[in-house]
Amino acid sequence: MSERRIYLDNAASTRLDERVLEAMKPYFFDTYAVATSEFAYTQGIEAREALDEARGSLSKALNSNPEEFIFTSGSTESSNMALKGVALALGKKKGKHLIVSKIEDFPVLHSAQSLERQGFQVTYLNVDGEGFINVDELRNSISDETILVSIQHANQEIGTIQDIDGISNICREKGTIFHTDATHTFRRVPLDAGKMPVDLITVSAHTLHGPKGIGGLYIRKGTPMAKWMDGGFQEFGLRAGLENIPGAVGFARMVGLVTERENKRLQAMRDRIIDRILAEIPDTTLNGHRQKRLPQNVNISFHYVEGESITLHLDMHGFAVSTGSACFSRSLQGSHVIYGIGGDHERAHGSIRITLSRYNTMKEADAVVKTLAGVIGELRNISPLGKEKHGKED
Amino acid sequence: MKFPYSETVLEHFRHPRNVGKIEDADGKSMEGSPACGDMVAVYIKVAPGTKTLSDVKFESYGCASNIATGSIITELAKGKTLDEAKKITWKEASDALGGLPKIKAHCSVLAIEGLRSAITNYEERHGLVKEKTPTTVEVIRKRLKKVMNPITGLDVVRTNLVKDIELKDSNVRIVIDLPANHQFAPAIKEEIMEKIEPLWDVKEVVVEFTE
Repeated sequence: MSERRIYLDNAASTRLDERVLEAMKPYFFDTYAVATSEFAYTQGIEAREALDEARGSLSKALNSNPEEFIFTSGSTESSNMALKGVALALGKKKGKHLIVSKIEDFPVLHSAQSLERQGFQVTYLNVDGEGFINVDELRNSISDETILVSIQHANQEIGTIQDIDGISNICREKGTIFHTDATHTFRRVPLDAGKMPVDLITVSAHTLHGPKGIGGLYIRKGTPMAKWMDGGFQEFGLRAGLENIPGAVGFARMVGLVTERENKRLQAMRDRIIDRILAEIPDTTLNGHRQKRLPQNVNISFHYVEGESITLHLDMHGFAVSTGSACFSRSLQGSHVIYGIGGDHERAHGSIRITLSRYNTMKEADAVVKTLAGVIGELRNISPLGKEKHGKED
Repeated sequence: MKFPYSETVLEHFRHPRNVGKIEDADGKSMEGSPACGDMVAVYIKVAPGTKTLSDVKFESYGCASNIATGSIITELAKGKTLDEAKKITWKEASDALGGLPKIKAHCSVLAIEGLRSAITNYEERHGLVKEKTPTTVEVIRKRLKKVMNPITGLDVVRTNLVKDIELKDSNVRIVIDLPANHQFAPAIKEEIMEKIEPLWDVKEVVVEFTE
């Protein structure tokens, strides 16, 4: 087994940046009080100021106002709040219809299904072979009863970036609230609430070298939103619960550390991995669009082999990646994203996702391609499929 | 750190024994799991006089437990008579591997089925199969014992998931005691269809769920 571990599953979680930790530390050991009003004690006021400052940085990153950004425990909570908060606020007033895409991540998809069980109607928009929704289909699906459209900014597995500008404008024209899950695009792909009529945006810190357990929801001023988490009056009375101040401070610190230069570097590594795999390993299919994809995302199906076997072999060589294979999932279901883009079982079975971060290097990008080539070759030797073509046994 | 797989499983996964095709095999099979999509192919050579397995090879399109089980059964089966080899159980293979995760039962049991099917294939090709018996509820129940309940890794009969089996004019109706929206419902249904539909005198199979 290799001593050095090369982590390439950064869509799932990332290594914390030391600078983020340094920024957070005082809020564990010194300013650990709850954020109180300016009429209380010093520590509480300092905590309040830190929280306000963090909120300021985060809302600015989306080109919005501080009172439009609330902190949550992460993207799962944010997306739950977006869908259920709007449904609760408008279900009885306007209608009971929601629209989401088929390939949304589970927080959106399962919130929609949960609302369906409570009497709401949900339209699940199809996507094309590269993962894009059809804007005409969206336009035609919106009715007077539609209270919310939720389309992700980019896909968690195949990295396809939707045309949020176009989609949000359609929703605005039709008078429907629009939510986008930007968990994987925040700071990586431009998203401007000042220019695009997006009403709700889910963001999270854990995908960008920030701490786990902190996320946020941008809520455009005037968006109907029912309180869902009951308790105190935190977060403008919208989300009860003790404020996670170290988390908020770390989240805000993280924002400033992601640079355009870093995103270009990730994209160069991504392109190198994709180009090399497609050129050097036969019978491979890129999942998602070649250009309109997250700078940090690679997703390729290796035919005739199974994903869990690939990940396990790679792990033995020191690489951590993920797969859409049914064998890998606890529910024994292949990736709903690969099925959503029209992929068959086999394409999901052999799909591998590589997601890059600040700490990966071009050398590692080359190393994973080389190791993959070896592992795929070995597994294809064992496989009963694809032999006719390769003639290994004939 | 504890891996879900034993050292022996990982060893067989890394260095599978007896991999490949036997071109002039006396018997062969290809088994697939609709639950997760794994497949395994088994090839056998039978010594004419002793009716023992002189060679067993396998190929796998599957996960680590599928590969490791394929590997271990070739070792367990070699040298055995056809009747002995047919009796090799999943438990024996799992024990020889130092244990398999229960959720992986459905992909590891394929190799066992593959070996049995390859032997049946040999027997069919050599006129050693007894006459076709008509399907009864008991025959169906026996087949359902080969369908794994992924929640426990044991079969659906033993884990009391089979609530009812009806056989009327060659049409089969099976009721499974799970809600239809249970995470494993589609996988279990597919696996049942795959096991029952091939019965020679069965026309239609319907799988229903209780909620």
